[in-house]
This record gives sequence, C-alpha cells and structure tokens, in this order.
Amino acid sequence: MTLVPTPSQTVGPFYSIGLCRRRDDELATNGIALTGQLHDGQGHPIVDGMIEVFDASSGRWGRSGTDGSGRFHFVVSKPVGRAGAPHLDVFVFARGLLRHQLTRVYFPDETDANAVDPVLSALGPDDRATLVARPDGDGLRFDIHMQGDHATVFFVH
Amino acid sequence: MPVEDSPIVLPDDPSLGPEVQVDYPGYRSTRWRAPDRPLVTLPEDLHELDGPVFGVDALGENDADLTLQHEGEPLGERIVVTGRVVDEDGRPLPGALVEVWQANAGGRYRHEVDRHPAPLDPNFSGAGRCLTDEEGRYRFVPVKPGAYPWGNHENAWRPAHIHFSLFGRTFTQRLVTQMYFPGDPLFPYDPIFNSVRDPRSRELLVARFDLDATAPEWALGFQWDIVLGRGGRGTTPFEEVA
Repeated sequence: MTLVPTPSQTVGPFYSIGLCRRRDDELATNGIALTGQLHDGQGHPIVDGMIEVFDASSGRWGRSGTDGSGRFHFVVSKPVGRAGAPHLDVFVFARGLLRHQLTRVYFPDETDANAVDPVLSALGPDDRATLVARPDGDGLRFDIHMQGDHATVFFVH
Repeated sequence: MPVEDSPIVLPDDPSLGPEVQVDYPGYRSTRWRAPDRPLVTLPEDLHELDGPVFGVDALGENDADLTLQHEGEPLGERIVVTGRVVDEDGRPLPGALVEVWQANAGGRYRHEVDRHPAPLDPNFSGAGRCLTDEEGRYRFVPVKPGAYPWGNHENAWRPAHIHFSLFGRTFTQRLVTQMYFPGDPLFPYDPIFNSVRDPRSRELLVARFDLDATAPEWALGFQWDIVLGRGGRGTTPFEEVA
C-alpha cells in the first residue's frame, strides 16, 4: 500500500525564527563566495525568501535567508565526482511559494564540461544561462528570477 | 465571508482543477512568486540521491520542549505534539531533522515583521528542533498557537498552526508544511489551507487529539504523522490517491 504524502505548505514570512537560528551558510572552509539576489516576477527583491544549497557529491548542505535586499550568501566549493558538469542543487523557499522550487547552479569556468552536460545542453541558450553563475570578484554571483523574461529554470522534484 | 463566497479567495473553484495550484489565486503572494513556466524534468532519478544528514550536533538543549527555553513558563495551553515520520511505503525514517516554528498563544510570532498587536511572551520563542528516533517518532512540547490576522483579504485570519520543516533520507524527501488543529472553524476561510485542492490530502494536514499522547495532569496530546513522498511529480503530491 502506498501512503499519500503529506502536502507541502508555504514557508511563510516568519520562517527565520525556526530555520535561521544559527548560521548554516558555509559549505566549505576557504571556499568560494557564492552570492545572489532573489527576484519576483515584477523584478522586486524577495526579502523573505530562503535558499538551501546542497552538494550531493559530498553531502555538504547550507542555508541562507534573504536579507532586506533579497540577497543570500554562501561559501561553497566545487563538487567533484558526480556525473555531468559540477553543480550544486538549489532549493528556493518563500512566502507565496506553496512548495519549494528546485534549480541548479553551475560554474562559469567549466566551459567544456558545461557544454556537454546533459541538463544544460538540453536547454536553449537563454535558459542555460540562468543556471550558470557568473564571476564576481573572487567569488560567484547567481541571481534567481522566479518569473519573467529572465526566469530561472526550475526542475520537477 | 466564507471562502466560497469571496471574490478574492477561490479554494473550491472547479475551474482550478484538482491539483495543488502553483499560482493559487486565493493566496495573493503566489502571483508574482510562483514559477510561471513549466518545470523541467531532470534525466536522473532524484529519489536515488541521498539528502543531507544531520546529527545530534544540530540540536541544542531544550530544543524539543518549547516551554523550557526561558526563565519562566510561557502563557497559554501547554500541549504535546508527536507523531511518526514515514516514507510512502510506511517505513519509518529515523534520524530525520524536524524543525518547527509557531506563533505564541496570543497569535504573535517573535519576528520583527510581525505587527499583529498581540503581546509577545518573554518566555516563548516559538522554535524547536529534534531528530526522529529509531521508529521515526518526533515529539515537541509547545503551547497551542493562537490564530492571527494576515491581511491577505478583508478580515483574513490564519487558523492556528505549527510550521514544520523536515529532511528525510533522500534529496526529494524534503518537506516544509503546516500542521493544523482538529475542528478549527477557520478552515473554510483560509486560502493557504485550501491551496491543497484535494480534500482528502488537505485532511492530512490536521492533527488528531490523542488521549494516549496526553500527559495526565499536564498537557493535551496531539498526534500528527507525516509521510515524506518520493517527489518527482512536481507540485501534485496526491496523484496516486486510490
């Protein structure tokens, strides 16, 4: 017998009292700074969103609430050992999302691997670009757009 | 005005279909935030992927008893909330990190954005954590949260609820949801509760009163079991209801 899964509900605006009591945004020491901004369909920053990042190759996980500018921040390292180009799995939570959304962040210096990655290469160039971070000083920048012309690609999960 | 009569909140409009809505008209915040393009299917089976693992170092003292986190006891009705976390085959999920957060007995969150003019309780933070035991059981001791207004539409009130966040064993067994209390008169008016379109699935969000979980001379008990799905079906977690 298969049980019916408990449905998802929105994380709401007050999640930080339960989910951000401690800093969980460093997946690696001496790693790469990964920052970004979360935007809604009107281009406004989502200031009450939450991002979780997961490196399935090492089991490393991190979480960052968005700040008053919709920004999130992690320290990550490049995953090794999984099939395809190196990438991190990214979950987006927010008030107004009935269920969290899944996307991925790929690395801009992995041009050759990205070109043959089965997920990236199945997408059009504009969609592909939404999944690849861009260099930002010594770190990486990965903005997430929930809707609109530059909407980030989200995956079934 | 009940939800079904409201021009703003449309929980049971058959034109919406039986599936959980990604963009749910009754819940205004979904409009500019829910993805408006189809989700892309990944070639790999995400259910085969292990998720993050948490140990006892994720827990602090009194994390599971929300009435012991301050000098004094919080005001309100002390309760026990307990249940099992299982997968779709009914197998217990031990070691699952369960995080909860909630309003106090007056319906106020200890959060700077919460402007509801109900008092904060200096003895209640409203947050807890635990890991499920070998049988997949969790147990929290909070106070019963109050209902509160939330401005989604005229005279909008959230039914009393506790927010839950869970990590199962696999990557796709990630769940953030809300637990409600049996018999709440606000159910028909709440677009978030009703954003779960299937009434049978919606009922899974409601705990049941449990005399066995009730601590004599101490606290009423509520039982709420949680099933972590395999995922892979987008935002429709109940397609396989027999």
